[in-house]
Amino acid sequence: MTVLAEIADAVIQGDGPRVAPLTKQAIAAGIPPKEILDDGLIAGMTVVGDRFRVHEIFLPDVLLAAKAMYAGMDELKPLLVRDGIPSLGKVVIGSVRGDLHDIGKNLVGIMLKGAGFEVVDLGHDVAPERMVQAAREGGATVIGMSALLTTTMPAMREVVELLRVQGQGGTIRTIVGGAPVTEAFAREIGADAYGFDAGNAVDVVKTLVGGR
Amino acid sequence: MILEIAAADVAPGRADVLAQIGIPEGAVVSAHIERLYAAAAELFAEHVAPAGVLADIGVAEFAEVYRGEGRNEPSSPVAEILGRAEHLALFVVTLGEGISQALQRCFAAEDVALAYTLDAMASVAADGAADLAERRYDGVLRGVGWTTPDGAVLRYSPGYCGWDVTGQRKLFAFLRPERIGLSLTESCLMQPLKSVSGVMIAGPRAIHRFRPTYDFCDRCEARTCRDRLRALFTHEHA
Repeated sequence: MTVLAEIADAVIQGDGPRVAPLTKQAIAAGIPPKEILDDGLIAGMTVVGDRFRVHEIFLPDVLLAAKAMYAGMDELKPLLVRDGIPSLGKVVIGSVRGDLHDIGKNLVGIMLKGAGFEVVDLGHDVAPERMVQAAREGGATVIGMSALLTTTMPAMREVVELLRVQGQGGTIRTIVGGAPVTEAFAREIGADAYGFDAGNAVDVVKTLVGGR
Repeated sequence: MILEIAAADVAPGRADVLAQIGIPEGAVVSAHIERLYAAAAELFAEHVAPAGVLADIGVAEFAEVYRGEGRNEPSSPVAEILGRAEHLALFVVTLGEGISQALQRCFAAEDVALAYTLDAMASVAADGAADLAERRYDGVLRGVGWTTPDGAVLRYSPGYCGWDVTGQRKLFAFLRPERIGLSLTESCLMQPLKSVSGVMIAGPRAIHRFRPTYDFCDRCEARTCRDRLRALFTHEHA
């Protein structure tokens, strides 16, 4: 098994302590960082995603695999930055103003990172102005908003509206999700997309970024 | 009355927790998940501190609590059932702050898989605590001579089935659950998070039967009413 195949396998197994030294080994062997990323780490996560979709494995397995992937990314990131290799994109995420629930948002964050996105997690109870400001200042192309309460959902509309008023509507795209949020609500408030769960959110963000 | 609830009373069943995680019954579970489950169960046992408050309330008084801040849907199951209720009680149950803090520590340590598993366990347990309160109330009523044939107690919560979540404020004012460490945020969210509140309505089982055809049913993603009604009426025929 090549070192890249071993990295992929360790990611699939959710074996973070094995991913880090294998990644170091690949770097030491002179394998280009982008190749380690694509053919090792992301290759492993792709298998994990495929198995998750057909219910061979379940969300906790995916979360462990994503964490294992981070272990490799920690080693690779400085080299990717040095080589000017961009991430898939930067996504600002947060639970909207008034909402203190963040398990769903955290899951989306870890899955996005696992897929190769750079994630800025603003936490919970995030004011619309702060979301927009963080996206603008950080150069994010997507804002992901989560709400678990019907009473906090209107804050999502405020973010969309704020982006429109600031002329950022076409530059910074929005995706909304959370237990009470529906696709119809997303359309109604003018959000660009709706994610029904963490896995779906990643696919949708990929489409949003790819469709730019 | 303060509800004394033992940790063992709310220990969730494995199948329920796995279902909450999205693992169907009978599915082969990885060794990773087995380890996570064991670790979450250990944290749960260490930090759970369940408690509750239960208080009888008259129909007129509850109607005022239910009205809340006037933001309920124009028609709702509770509004329709209320007139046929024989007994009512407001309640709140919580698993305590320790679980919330344990979850935060898991996230801080980037142990998201464990946090997710513990969160699922706690969600199931919080519902279990509410089920327990429901059974206790049923027992209390029967102890004082409630003999309605085919009587049943079912709970309804603010934030669901047309009862706006801002109804929490009057419910909390009535119950004063700060006695057990519960408070409300500005957005009417309970702190600690793993808590359940609402009204228990006792009466003939049939009063609880409703069709999910209210305007808000189309927008509802939870659809938990169906499971609860199914459980109630399955029990009827058991």
